[in-house]
Amino acid sequence: MGEIIKQSLRESYAKTLIKLGKEHQNIVVVDADLSTSTKTALFGKEFPDRFFNIGISEQSMIGIAAGLALKGKTVFASSFAVFASGRDWDQIRQSVCYNEVDVKIVATHGGITVGEDGATHQSNEDIAIMRILPNMRVIVPADAFETERVIEKVYGIKGPFYVRLSRENFPVIYDKDYKFELGRFDVLRKGKDGVIFAIGKEVYESLSAAEELEKEGISMTVINASSVKPLDKDLIYQYAKEFDRFFVVEEHQKIGGLGSAIGEFITEERPIIIKKIGIDNIFGVSGKADDLIKYFKLDSKGIYNYIKTVMGG
Amino acid sequence: MENEQGKTGNYSSELIDELKDKARKIRIELLEAIYKAQSGHPGGSLSAADIVTALYFHKMRYDPQNIHWDKRDYFILSKGHAAPVQYAALAELGVIKKGELDYLRQLGHMLQGHPDRMKTPGIEASTGSLGQGLSIALGIALGLKIDKEKDRKVYVMIGDGEMQEGQIWETILKAGNLGVDNLVGIIDYNGIQLDGFVERIDDISPLKEKCEAFRWKTIEINGHDFNDILYALDESDKREGKPIMIIARTVKGKGVSFMENNPAFHGKAPNEEQMKQALQELGKNR
Repeated sequence: MGEIIKQSLRESYAKTLIKLGKEHQNIVVVDADLSTSTKTALFGKEFPDRFFNIGISEQSMIGIAAGLALKGKTVFASSFAVFASGRDWDQIRQSVCYNEVDVKIVATHGGITVGEDGATHQSNEDIAIMRILPNMRVIVPADAFETERVIEKVYGIKGPFYVRLSRENFPVIYDKDYKFELGRFDVLRKGKDGVIFAIGKEVYESLSAAEELEKEGISMTVINASSVKPLDKDLIYQYAKEFDRFFVVEEHQKIGGLGSAIGEFITEERPIIIKKIGIDNIFGVSGKADDLIKYFKLDSKGIYNYIKTVMGG
Repeated sequence: MENEQGKTGNYSSELIDELKDKARKIRIELLEAIYKAQSGHPGGSLSAADIVTALYFHKMRYDPQNIHWDKRDYFILSKGHAAPVQYAALAELGVIKKGELDYLRQLGHMLQGHPDRMKTPGIEASTGSLGQGLSIALGIALGLKIDKEKDRKVYVMIGDGEMQEGQIWETILKAGNLGVDNLVGIIDYNGIQLDGFVERIDDISPLKEKCEAFRWKTIEINGHDFNDILYALDESDKREGKPIMIIARTVKGKGVSFMENNPAFHGKAPNEEQMKQALQELGKNR
């Protein structure tokens, strides 16, 4: 690969929101005093009448979002993933999911790459606690282009969504022609020896690992599994017929994340081994994002080493 | 008759009598529903009955024949456990069939233990986890502001015990700062929560001072005096750039002597003998 181009998912989110906001008067955005970081402030600047900074009150924010949706608005609610999913979980459960209202929770700062702020601000549980909720759908884009497509897509589908973005700029994987489909994964690379399902930043890391593995004679398929809920069941089933082992890579706890989601589905259908590359049931620590990714063995080298060991290369 | 602020309404005795009788019927119906289910919350339903009656049968812009009318006012029952009072009112209005009340809380029927907007016509928001209805109400009120629908309002009934929820105060702070004057909160201040007296468990007083400090207009009333209730609701029509909190002093279990001020009937259905006495006191065969 040549020079790595990185782009901000958050800025892509805000840009897309503004574009949608111009086309659709019913879009309202709420934030809880993190709008400068989540970038929703950019929407607020453009559409001050359709933006509410609720203050550091995530529970109230989600309730207000639900109310706005009951009045016919499509509401985007943003905060850091750890707060957007955890601080207001009951409000999301009751006011949003049980009420089946059109609220899109777009959480930035998912995973450990929040970095220096440390464990209190790192969200390694959000996918687990969001995807368990009835009526909730969970999407984890892999780059800025996919973020744009996902935001456009979720606007067009009524009902609750949780979209997980990152603080980090991600290497660009897609171009503007990319199309996101709910319940569809994207096969980015085809290999004959094994398959990797990845989300978020780990899609790029997995692609890099696969390149290195190729040099060792291990040929891996790499799949962007951004539609965590609903899953691409057809594709999972198809690969389960081909391989007796999956690798799943995610910047999330191994408990309850993508690996668990895939396992919950496929083990009802076929016997299969699912090797999870993620974070153990522990809290994160402070550090630079790049250092943390290495520390938790979620960089391409860590993924490469793990797969090479398992595949006996 | 004067309320604590020295003001009260002077409405026609015909109107007051009509509302009183409607509230009496609603009390009977909600109690019968809870009795048949042998499950539900009579105390807080009875304390709210007069206010809910005043809203649905007098104050609110509401068309029972067209519950999605785009000019209607909203009523949100943030204290969702008082669902039976709202169900009885909706049944009296003909929004739901009266027969549904016989199947409160029963499998396969629409009247859930707590209000469910997806299952029950006339329910604007599903509530039950305390503290959330007020935020939802503020969201609707803001939506009305965005859409410049100036004539419509949002009424939200909050339990006094519910005022202990942190989310309530988050939203009170925000609504006050936004000056959302199409939002009317009504606190059913009956003084009792599940475990006992609010004052002893975690006192919420002084509510008037607290709400005013958060930039709300407050009106204190007797929540069982229709002159008071109607006065407060009309007073809340004045747009003064502030949300309105009606602090309604009520009696838990109001209308049934042995339930009144009795924490035991927060969430317990009456037995056969108690039911007989309750119906007698409420004048079932009147």
